[in-house]
Amino acid sequence: MIILTGNDLKTGDVVWWDGQGWSRHLADAVDAGDEAEAIMAREEAARRVNAVYEIEGEQTAEGPRPAHIKDRVRGRGPTVRPDLGIQAEAS
Amino acid sequence: MAEQQNNKGSWPRYRDDAPVNSPAVTLEAFVEQPDAVAVRIEPGADVRELIPHLGRIKLVEIGFPVFGDGRNYSAARILREEGYQGEIRAEGDVLLDQIAFMRRCGVDSFAPAEPIAAEAAERALGFWPEVYQPAADARTPIWAKRHG
Amino acid sequence: MATMYKYDDYDQTMVDARVAEFRDQTARRLAGDLTEDQFKPLRLMNGLYLQLHAYMLRVAVPYGTLSGAQMHMLATIARKYDKGYGHFTTRQNIQYNWIQLKDAPDILADLATVEMHAIQTSGNCIRNISSDQFAGVAADEVVDPRPYAELLRQWSSFHPEFSYLPRKFKIAVIASDEDRAAMRLHDIGIQMVEKDGALGAKFFAGGGMGRTPMIGPCVREFVPVDELISFSEAVLRVYNRYGRRDNKYKARIKILVHEMGIDAFRAEVDAEYEKMQPLDLEPPRAELKRIEAFFAPPAYEAAEDGYDLSDPDFAIWAETNLFPHKVPGYAAATISLKPVGGIPGDASADQMDLIADLAARYSMDEVRVTHAQNLVLPNVKQADLYALWQELDGAGLAPANLDRASDIIACPGLDYCSLANARSIPIAQRLAERLAPVERRLGDLQIKISGCINACGHHHAGHIGILGVDKKGVESYQLLLGGSAAEDVSLAKITGPGFDEHGIVDAVETVTNLYESERQDGERFLDTYRRLGMAPFKEALYG
Repeated sequence: MIILTGNDLKTGDVVWWDGQGWSRHLADAVDAGDEAEAIMAREEAARRVNAVYEIEGEQTAEGPRPAHIKDRVRGRGPTVRPDLGIQAEAS
Repeated sequence: MAEQQNNKGSWPRYRDDAPVNSPAVTLEAFVEQPDAVAVRIEPGADVRELIPHLGRIKLVEIGFPVFGDGRNYSAARILREEGYQGEIRAEGDVLLDQIAFMRRCGVDSFAPAEPIAAEAAERALGFWPEVYQPAADARTPIWAKRHG
Repeated sequence: MATMYKYDDYDQTMVDARVAEFRDQTARRLAGDLTEDQFKPLRLMNGLYLQLHAYMLRVAVPYGTLSGAQMHMLATIARKYDKGYGHFTTRQNIQYNWIQLKDAPDILADLATVEMHAIQTSGNCIRNISSDQFAGVAADEVVDPRPYAELLRQWSSFHPEFSYLPRKFKIAVIASDEDRAAMRLHDIGIQMVEKDGALGAKFFAGGGMGRTPMIGPCVREFVPVDELISFSEAVLRVYNRYGRRDNKYKARIKILVHEMGIDAFRAEVDAEYEKMQPLDLEPPRAELKRIEAFFAPPAYEAAEDGYDLSDPDFAIWAETNLFPHKVPGYAAATISLKPVGGIPGDASADQMDLIADLAARYSMDEVRVTHAQNLVLPNVKQADLYALWQELDGAGLAPANLDRASDIIACPGLDYCSLANARSIPIAQRLAERLAPVERRLGDLQIKISGCINACGHHHAGHIGILGVDKKGVESYQLLLGGSAAEDVSLAKITGPGFDEHGIVDAVETVTNLYESERQDGERFLDTYRRLGMAPFKEALYG
């Protein structure tokens, strides 16, 4: 799947394209498919997302899983501080 | 400050003399054309090649193809250090937030690819009541004021 | 009162102006008047990055010196705008990892109230100037280097010609033969020296780490102290004009110096310097005197050397973490931010507040940040050391490990940094756990870990260096041996194929075991490596 991710312009929060808008939860990410380029251009121009980019991923039983470790870390928070980042909210 | 028009709109100019409208030729062409009075300096060109010709130059256009390429800040300042008093025009990818430093390096007119409004330019220049170091403008550095 | 530079109205005006400018720029970005491409260099020149999880703000600590009030403000910012902690860096600065763009102008305004800022802590400009953490208290310095760093700080702040350089530019100033600031690994390294009774600077240029590490050669043996600024201006102009801009990985001054050759580079600088002579670029002596006066030695009390070592835990800390002070009866105490299993360089807001209070009570209100990501109380009466240690120990701030195996430099790595290829912090944690039990036996051992080739963790300069790389999406770690950032500066060499995250910990232990079995009397790890060469270490690792 093609996952779109970036940051909220104002807060810097990591966000994921959920088909309608931008979610702070990787679990909400959907496959952007052929629309990826168009969505990124439109959303960045409207300042609904900042520094957006597309990544490869796969849908797993636990939800969307980015192919690269970097984006998996972005999806949860620092591995050395489980008390911080989105991972701390989820639990 | 006066404003000057081009086909893209107006741009800030900080000189009282009449704008030079002759086309700026390349450094190479300029050296070979004794009548030329306007020259364009690309980043990477050696501006010191102009030194023997400063007397006849009315306009040096310094190019900024991308805003991050800062070589021509040095070019402008070198021209002023050599006593050049004609117009230095910054052309190209020149951003509002850069013009204060360009002014300090001796640039006195701007032809940005994206027009800069006069009020915006005034505001950008107005953020800096003091300067820490001498440059090509007439401003007195803080250290000189401290020991006035 | 701390012995440090204090702003006058001019300095305050400049910092306040910068806050106003950045507030305006931020508003324009949020309103869409600036694109991210246009805003990025502006926010970077105010220390604001977009990192892995959020914006990150890097606050300047000029030449590593902080007052208690400044340290309290750093704690306040951690609580008010971040998640209750900060990270001290190898450039003697502090970073906050969870900043919101909308708050950034307010943070800068808060910093300005205590004469602090984030000016030029990133971007292709002259960065915060670093120095010896023991400046002003070390017995081996010819002069306190900080006034010259301050002079350079003011000169380089908002420099109109040098704010769009080919790449970032780092300057270090020291004043002793012993190099505690990795001076030779800076774009410009300055060593203050005396020659025939006159003070001047030995000037190095073209050092650096990153993907092409280089040791900076000497450009000029002696620059008189009142020509420091014009000579720096000449070096920077040559770099700005001729530094490569076609490839960002070849844009640092070290590549220019290397490609031109030091003799040709020196000739260019000399020619530019000659042209600058009539321009009156140099602040007058009176300005240097004004700045020097802020750094006049504080009123030390008359005291004798010596203190009670009957508490064995304190004795170990004192033996490890104290640096001799030039004034009898005093010591400089390093507060290690490297608890075993902790995150190197991190300090909580509560710890920062405590350290600020301890500085006020025990260290003439002064704190220093070291490039090894520790803190120093530079002016502690020896009679107060035990009481200080007890308070530090109670707050988890008394690891007795300065320059030991668990005193590891580590960049934030893939846990925080968007440039990283691999995590650094967990490797530092596992290594510290493994080696702490034997670190007193191992003696002076500097382990430095970077999570990518940009080398923020100084792996090239580690006695043992570790470089994280991306091996087809999996973290892998290369091992390097034989680096030093000190006066015996050298660049570490890669041992061979990399290791996974468990293998690298074993590999380091293999190397330290070999050292223990091979060392001759008094040898540090580095000395043994230099004597034996790489071969036996390779054999033990890959055999």
